[in-house]
Amino acid sequence: MNGAREDILSAIRRAAVAPDGDPAARMADPRPNLVPARGQGTPDELLARFLSEADAAGGTFTQLASRDEIPAAAEGYLAANNQPLEIKAAPGLKNITWTQQSLLTVDFGRAEGADHVGITEAFAGIAETGTLMVLSGAENPASLNFLPDTHLVVLDTSRIVGAYEDGWALLRGENGKTGFMPRMVNWITGPSRSADIELILLLGVHGPRRLHILLIDG
Amino acid sequence: MEPTSGKFTQNARRAIGDQRLQAALANFTTTFPKKRLDVIGRLPEFDALRDEGVAIKTHVQANLEFYLARFEERVSEQGGTVHWCRDASEARETILGLCRAANAKTVTKSKSMIGEEIAINEHLEAAGIEAVETDLGEYIIQIRGESPSHILVPAIHLTGPDIADTFKDKHAELPANRDLSEPEAILREARAVLREKFLTADVGLSGANMLIAETGSAVVVTNEGNADLVMNLPKTHIVLASIEKVMPTLEDAATILRLLARSATGQDITAYTTFASGPAREGETDGPQDFHVVLLDNGRTEMLANDFTDMLGCIRCGACLNHCPVYATVGGHAYGWVYSGPMGKVLTPDLLGAHKAADLPNASTFCGKCEEICPMRIPLPRMMRHWRERQFMEGKGAAAKGKSGLKLWAWMAKRPALYRMAASAAAGFLGLLGKGKGRIGRLPVPEGRTFQAQYRENAGEDQ
Repeated sequence: MNGAREDILSAIRRAAVAPDGDPAARMADPRPNLVPARGQGTPDELLARFLSEADAAGGTFTQLASRDEIPAAAEGYLAANNQPLEIKAAPGLKNITWTQQSLLTVDFGRAEGADHVGITEAFAGIAETGTLMVLSGAENPASLNFLPDTHLVVLDTSRIVGAYEDGWALLRGENGKTGFMPRMVNWITGPSRSADIELILLLGVHGPRRLHILLIDG
Repeated sequence: MEPTSGKFTQNARRAIGDQRLQAALANFTTTFPKKRLDVIGRLPEFDALRDEGVAIKTHVQANLEFYLARFEERVSEQGGTVHWCRDASEARETILGLCRAANAKTVTKSKSMIGEEIAINEHLEAAGIEAVETDLGEYIIQIRGESPSHILVPAIHLTGPDIADTFKDKHAELPANRDLSEPEAILREARAVLREKFLTADVGLSGANMLIAETGSAVVVTNEGNADLVMNLPKTHIVLASIEKVMPTLEDAATILRLLARSATGQDITAYTTFASGPAREGETDGPQDFHVVLLDNGRTEMLANDFTDMLGCIRCGACLNHCPVYATVGGHAYGWVYSGPMGKVLTPDLLGAHKAADLPNASTFCGKCEEICPMRIPLPRMMRHWRERQFMEGKGAAAKGKSGLKLWAWMAKRPALYRMAASAAAGFLGLLGKGKGRIGRLPVPEGRTFQAQYRENAGEDQ
């Protein structure tokens, strides 16, 4: 099919579309286009907007003073929602003292079909639409975001940014200008949903029915 | 799916007589426009963002070769492979070859309009490979053997009881007396049946809303999360996308994403937006071992060179369907192929050939609503007019049929005495019809005498 590549590219050249801008420059220095006002603000405003947008999208959250409170908060949430107290956790969350909650069973690794609850860590929270930005990796398997019925997500308040572009800037800043993309970047806004049957909104179609954010202060 | 776009008139007549379809259409053509207005009301920059979106697409069209080459480079660097395909049959063969190489028995699919365009499911099934649609609506129509009647809500023409009947028929292994009267029960059954497929599939085949040259990523948006399971669980992931989907940077993608869901379903953003870049990385316990992108032309380079270039800016949001009075009246199946509504009226003749879809560009009231709401400001009515002009020049289509009527009128107009006689006879005849019964009797009755007769009388008074 090498002939196909050349045929398609030469057909594009033949079309001779009028020139526009400098693509090499655009690649070398990716810049934000217009960023709407709702993606900007002081940290307090962004936190408030993140939470109200996440709530509007059907997500729930608990604010915690430190990461030490995660096991108790997770157990409380699962018990309150009548869910099994068995969590499949991202290996990146091993440093949490899970054993302090004796009723909770915690396993680490990717999600399997039988897992009911998954917990991962978000790289950032995006205020403009209450969106979680979650990265895949050995420490944060992407399947945990989608396969279990309940998805718990750890997010540091300090990682809440205004707009999608701020999320990209954060990623470039921490991972370098090239090769910074993990295999998957997942923007997650509320639980899985469908209106395919008579436009009736139903939750938990293939992904999680419940999305709960554990927001860590400080 | 054999296209029936050449039979629009018959299809439309059938659709108008279908009571259940009419109820479904009335429901959603009011729901979606209202939701769209609500969300853009909360984003004052929406129109400015549309301008930016158009500027990005114009820039991409001018530099398409550059961005496609860059995209391919990035995909290769990450360990993936790009396969260039000139047409539908090359794409089908490429995908089949990749599935065979993976020893695939089952392929899970997330919704892809390009997949519909090249009829990939039929091709895989014919080769003995099970292809399973996983978007709920798409799954429902797949097991019914239908094509999507709406780009976003493929099963919009069906009611809950229709779907329950289909499930009872097709999921014969489940107890026949189970209760599927509630939509929740239908959903639970679909989730259970498809979960099994997700976990056992050998290949995941997804579409892409965008491709990103900067990072070699495929961007996929869903509300269900099905695409993420398709892209994460099987050993092989194949992305199927057409060449115009490429975007320069992640920032450009963000701009388009602010327009897409708001225009489509009236959401600020869909539940899931995924940027997938290559196969599993070192140490990752999930994700595919093989990552392929099938890059399809299938008529796009021709559109780049002809009057329909603007249509390449289409982001497949479906807003033009949701706001179209013709779509609202006949639904998606009447258009006879994959793309319906105003976008279909332009794309179908382009992709299938004008002779197979001659009625479509004529099935418009030219109200202009589609252009008004299109996030990419595509001049859809103007492009339908292009098609009409072409048909007229070739002596085909509705405009050309009108020509013989005009000729007759011109012949009469040159013969005043005959014209007067014919006009007053026609007025008299219409007057008689007005005295009839039923629907004909409700017609407005002509005012008795012809314009010319009244003019002569009034002119006489003035003198």
